[in-house]
This record gives sequence, structure tokens and C-alpha cells, in this order.
Amino acid sequence: MDATTAEVGLQRLRFTRQPDGWVTRMFDYKPFLVFLCMLPTIGLLVVFLTYPLGLGIWLSLTDTTIGQPGQFIGLDNFRDLMDDPVFWMSVTNTIFYTVVATAGKFALGLWLAMLLNHHIPWKAFIRAIVLLPWIVPTVLSAIAWWWIYSPQFSIISYIVVDVLHLRSTYINFLGTPWPARWSLIVANIWRGIPFVAITLLAGLQTISPSLYEAALLDGASGWQKFRRITVPLLMPILAVALTLSVLFTFSDFQLVYAITRGGPFNTTHLMGTLAFQRAIPGAQLGEGAAIAVSMIPFLIGATLLCFFGVGRRKWQQGEAND
Amino acid sequence: MTISRRDSLALGAAALGAASIPIIGARAAVDDVPTADVKAPEFKIEKGASLHVLRPAKFIDPDEVYWKSNTKKFIDTTGIDVKVDFVSWEDLRPQLAVIANTGAGADIVASFGADPHIYYSKLLDLSDLAEYLGAKYGGWYDLALLYGKKWKTNEWIGIPIGGGTGPTVYRKSWLNEAGYDKVPNDHQGFLECCQKLQKNGHPFGMSLGHALGDANGYSEWLLWSHNAYVVDENGKIALDSKETIAALKYATELQKTMAPGTLTWNDAGNNQAYAAGKIGMTFNGVSIYYVLLKSPDPTLQAMAADTYHQDTPYGLSKRRVESAAPMNAMVFKHSKYPNAAKEYLRFMMEADQYGPWLSNCLGYWCQSLKAYSHMKFWTADPKLLPFASALDSPYYDGYKGPISAASAAVIANYTVVDMFASVVTGNATPESAAKQAAKAAERYYRT
Repeated sequence: MDATTAEVGLQRLRFTRQPDGWVTRMFDYKPFLVFLCMLPTIGLLVVFLTYPLGLGIWLSLTDTTIGQPGQFIGLDNFRDLMDDPVFWMSVTNTIFYTVVATAGKFALGLWLAMLLNHHIPWKAFIRAIVLLPWIVPTVLSAIAWWWIYSPQFSIISYIVVDVLHLRSTYINFLGTPWPARWSLIVANIWRGIPFVAITLLAGLQTISPSLYEAALLDGASGWQKFRRITVPLLMPILAVALTLSVLFTFSDFQLVYAITRGGPFNTTHLMGTLAFQRAIPGAQLGEGAAIAVSMIPFLIGATLLCFFGVGRRKWQQGEAND
Repeated sequence: MTISRRDSLALGAAALGAASIPIIGARAAVDDVPTADVKAPEFKIEKGASLHVLRPAKFIDPDEVYWKSNTKKFIDTTGIDVKVDFVSWEDLRPQLAVIANTGAGADIVASFGADPHIYYSKLLDLSDLAEYLGAKYGGWYDLALLYGKKWKTNEWIGIPIGGGTGPTVYRKSWLNEAGYDKVPNDHQGFLECCQKLQKNGHPFGMSLGHALGDANGYSEWLLWSHNAYVVDENGKIALDSKETIAALKYATELQKTMAPGTLTWNDAGNNQAYAAGKIGMTFNGVSIYYVLLKSPDPTLQAMAADTYHQDTPYGLSKRRVESAAPMNAMVFKHSKYPNAAKEYLRFMMEADQYGPWLSNCLGYWCQSLKAYSHMKFWTADPKLLPFASALDSPYYDGYKGPISAASAAVIANYTVVDMFASVVTGNATPESAAKQAAKAAERYYRT
């Protein structure tokens, strides 16, 4: 055997691979890898989302109370809720609250976003300040609003009555049904504007200024620019923001609970606050769970409507303009 | 005297903040509690025992301070380690539910009135301890017997520690100004008194919003003083009755005399309004008087001197129309040291510990054992007298029916409160509101 044959033989020896073990083959198998990587996320979702959701649905089909375990009673809880005027009041309250507050938040939030889109001094600072109502814990801002709406100590009443003398009596913000509802909606809009404004601002920033310049050259008015350029290009992010905002507002709890607890006589009860009241202080977990579960169809409907109704345009999928 | 807005705001905030001022006053002598010569039951304390106790958070400082010092005395004398958690009132029930359902977390929970009756299957029998305490200290009051024993049995499932009640709290100078020496005891007289107070700008005020304590207390007074009630002895709903309609009509008239915005008040609402001088009369526990008395602010102290208490108007009832849901201590079967737990409760209820705690709370808690009514502090300040017999009442949440989770559910869901609120604001007729409330109450009592 000459030297070159031996060298080649040696090289072949050095670079010969061992046959793959079963562990290696398993980790090379792509579906397995995918499963393994998703396991932590699935684990978190199951523990923190699926299990509570499933438990809630199960509880709504039983007559569990806080003190004693319950038995399966089928749809009895829901049948009782159908006859309950307080439940239906909470449903109409929640729908009204969500629709009006979301409309208000988006109208004002879009306006704020468009204002913030310009070059103004202290731009970054103002954008940060604008976020404050959203960042402050809701319970704290709710307590502040409670003082603002107080029948004896309200700052608004003080200014209107004692300083400007426009009225003789203090304003009763929360003592009657409709003023209470509008007051809560105002508080909710105040809290929710930053989220909408900052999200839409991000969307506005992605719109190329060359489109506006072209429109300007074509002689478009401000309204035409808004309607033809801003609105269509804002739709994707608007869909996302709208979906999230509707979800948050529909399941709002803290604001209403901290300010009125659902009073006066249930006229400001949302489904969330009513579910809590029935379940925890009222000790009837089954019924509270049923109220909470009956929120699900509304939430699914709202999500589908917002996301697919608003977000899906043919040209966004890469097809021709419709 | 007009109070500027800034002052009234400060007074209102001070009323909330002043509750944390340290106690002034000596420990009451514990020689004023008559005891019978009864042998204490022998609880064989388990080796290495330690206890975890939950009780409601303080509303006034001495409550917590004296409870803690009594507990420390127990730890020092017996060597058993005791941990006491003061839990906010609204969190207490959910925590209690978790402990009961999981069988772990605390040995003793002092919760409110009806709670032991909700978890009775999980609780230790405390009859030996309760019989001993009753024999030694002159017997238990009516409400203590009701809340301590399982309904219609002689089995004790809780040791009622003490309860608070809510009599009429009023400004004497303003009452005199309206032409009265005392608050009238009949309905018509009380209504006229409130009308006169309103004319002078010092109205009456009670919440009918979703205030757990005040609104329910006020609604119950309206019902019981008219001889109306939610449920009868057999557990059948009796809310839709002509007495209830009479109560609703009276409430409508009374509402017209009230300060504005009472439907927005939570439990602190009437305290704040009173301390700011916006109302002249309300029903409340001793917290209003206590805060005013202990405040360093001379304006508030002057108000305290002008503040007096009186039993709420009897109306058509023959006895005091007030209830008091007592703090009721229960011991769980799952406790590893049941004898140590019973010994702790016995210790805390004995005169040397209970006496100072009770007297320094200045009427905030009323005793559940009759002997403690002889303590000097009850007569030292005559203004505290209406608080002295808080548990000496036939009335309770869910009167006249059985104490159960149903009566608690009616309170927590403001069934009666909403009935009154919808009628006094003109949103429902008395007849329809009573029918609706009866229907709602029936659902809770159905099971």
C-alpha cells in the first residue's frame, strides 16, 4: 500500500459519520420540533386560559355556591337568567356602554392621533404625557372620578355653582340612571383615548407622505385627503385597535365597580360587575359563571365583526382594487 | 355657619383619615364584669401547636391594637404561636370560601354573622366552649344565640365575639333649632322632624345606592319598623305585602327630605357628609362619633360635642329596630390543633382580655355576653348607651326566616335596597317593585 492510498483511507475514516441514534432522528423530525417549541406556550395557554374558561363553562352548568360544591343542572341557570330583568338590564347597559364609549374613543382618539402626527415642539414628551390616563391604574383613576362626580364634593359642581354661579344646586351626576350612565361613559372615554390615539398614530406614521403630496398636487381638499388616503390605509390597524377596544370596554369591571357598584338600582350594572356581584358576595358561583359565559357570544360576534368586517379588503390581500 | 368648599373637602377627607389616630385613654379596669364561678373546660393543648387566625380589618385603631396585645399575652402564657391576619371586609368572604373549600389556610376565621351557617358541615362543634362562656358571663344575647347555634338546634358552630349597630346619629343643636328635644319615635313625627331639618338646611341622609352596610341597614329599618319582612319562619317569601307597600310609600316621602345625591353614596358617604356639616342626621355605627372625638381638629371636636345618639325610631315595632351582624368566630374541622384553637377563643373572650378590647373600642363593638354590659365605660360616656345593647334585638338579616346563604345573597345583591331605590326615585310603583323584589328573593331562597 503506497502513502497516498493510506492517506485517503485515513481521511475517509476521520470523516465517516456514526449512524444517527433514535434521539437525533427524533429531534431532526420537523413536526416533533415544532411541537416541542410550542409546548411552553400551549402549557401557559392551557393553564391560564383554557382551564379557567372550561371551569367557568362547567360552573355555569351547575348550582355551585361558595360554601358547598354543586351538581350539574344543565341550562337551568341560563333559563333563570332569561327571566331576570336585572340581567337584561345589564346586557343592554353593556351594549350601550360599549357602542357609545368606543365611538367616542375612536372619534377623539383619531383626532388626537392626527394632531400628534404633525411636527410640534416637545412632540415626544407630549406623546408620552398623552398615555397617562391609560397607564394610571384604573382603580385609582376611578376613585378620582368618584370624587369628581360626588354630589357634595365635586370640583365641577364647585366651579359651576360657587365660582361661576350658573346653577344653584350641586349636580347629581350618579344619582339617577341616565346621568350615571353618561358619566361612566365619559370616564371610560377619558381612560381609553390614549390607547386608541397611540395605536392610530403608529398607523398614521406608516402612510407615506408622498401620497399626500401627490394629492395636494392634484388639488385635493383636506377632507378628500382624509377620506381617500388616511381612512383606507388606516383600516388594518383600525381593525386591530377596534377589536381590542371593544373587548376591553365590553368586559370593563373596575371603573363601574369602583364608582357606582352597579347602582343606582342596577342601572349601571355591566355584565362583568353583575357576574361578580352574584358570584362572590352573593355566593352563587353557578349563576355568576352563567352571566360571565353569556358574554362569550357577544365578544365573539364583536371580534368577528371588527376584525373581518373592517380589516379585510381585497386589495390588502394583493388583489385588484374593488 | 357656612363652611367653604375647601373646608368641607378637608373635613370630608379628615373624617376618612382621622380613623388612624392613636388611641387616647386608659385601659378600663376589668373589675366591673360580674362573673359566675364556673370551671373552665380542659382543652388538652396539642404539642407544638400553632394557629393561623383571620379576622376583619379594623375600622378604628384600638380594635387592632388591643386584639394584637391580647394575642401576644396568649402567646406568652401558653407558648402557642398565633398569627393573626386582619383582612379587609370585602376580601374576607372570598378568602373564607377558599379556606373552606381547600381545607387549608387557617384554623380560626372570625367572619360575619351568617358565614358559619354557610360552611357548617366543615366546622368544629364549639358547644362546650360556648356553654362555659354563657354560664360564666351571664348568658348570651338573643342575636348571639341565633348566630352562634345552628338553626333550630343546640349545636354551636360559631362563637359570636361582638357586633356593631347603627343608631340615629344627630347634631343636637340643629335638632333643637328645628324644635325637638329628642328624635321622634313614630314614623309621622320622624318625617316631620326631617322636613323641618331640611328647611333649616341640615337634612337627613341615608344611602340607597349600592352601599353594602348603610343601604341594607336603612332598607331593613324601613321594612321592620313597618312590621314588614322578607321571609317568614318557614322560609316562605313574605316581601310582597301591604306592610311593604306602606314602607315604600313612607320611604318616598322621607327621600324628599334628604340631602341630594344619597343614591350615589357608598358606606363612607354619610360619614363624609356628616363630618363636612352637609347633613344633620343619619343612621350609623360609632365610627362617625369616634372619628370626630379623636380628631385634633377643633372644628371636628366641636361637632363631636354636638353629636348625640339615639335608638332608630321604633315605628310600629315594640323593640329596637336595629340588627347587628356579629363577628362570628369559627374553627375548621381541618385544623391540626382544634384544642389549641378552642383555648385561644376562650382566652380572648375572658374578661382580662375581652374587657380592655371592648372598652377601648368605645362602643364600636358591643358584647355578645350579657355580663360585659356592666362595664363602666358604657355609662361613663352617656352618648354610647344606644350601642350597649346591640345584640339584644330580635332582628337579623333574613328575619324571620332561617339564617343561610340565601339571606346573605339577598343582602349582597341589594334586592331590598333596589326595591326602595326604584320606588323613591319614581322609577317603579310600590306594587310592581315589591312584586319584582319578592320574585328575585324567591330565587335565592328556592334551593
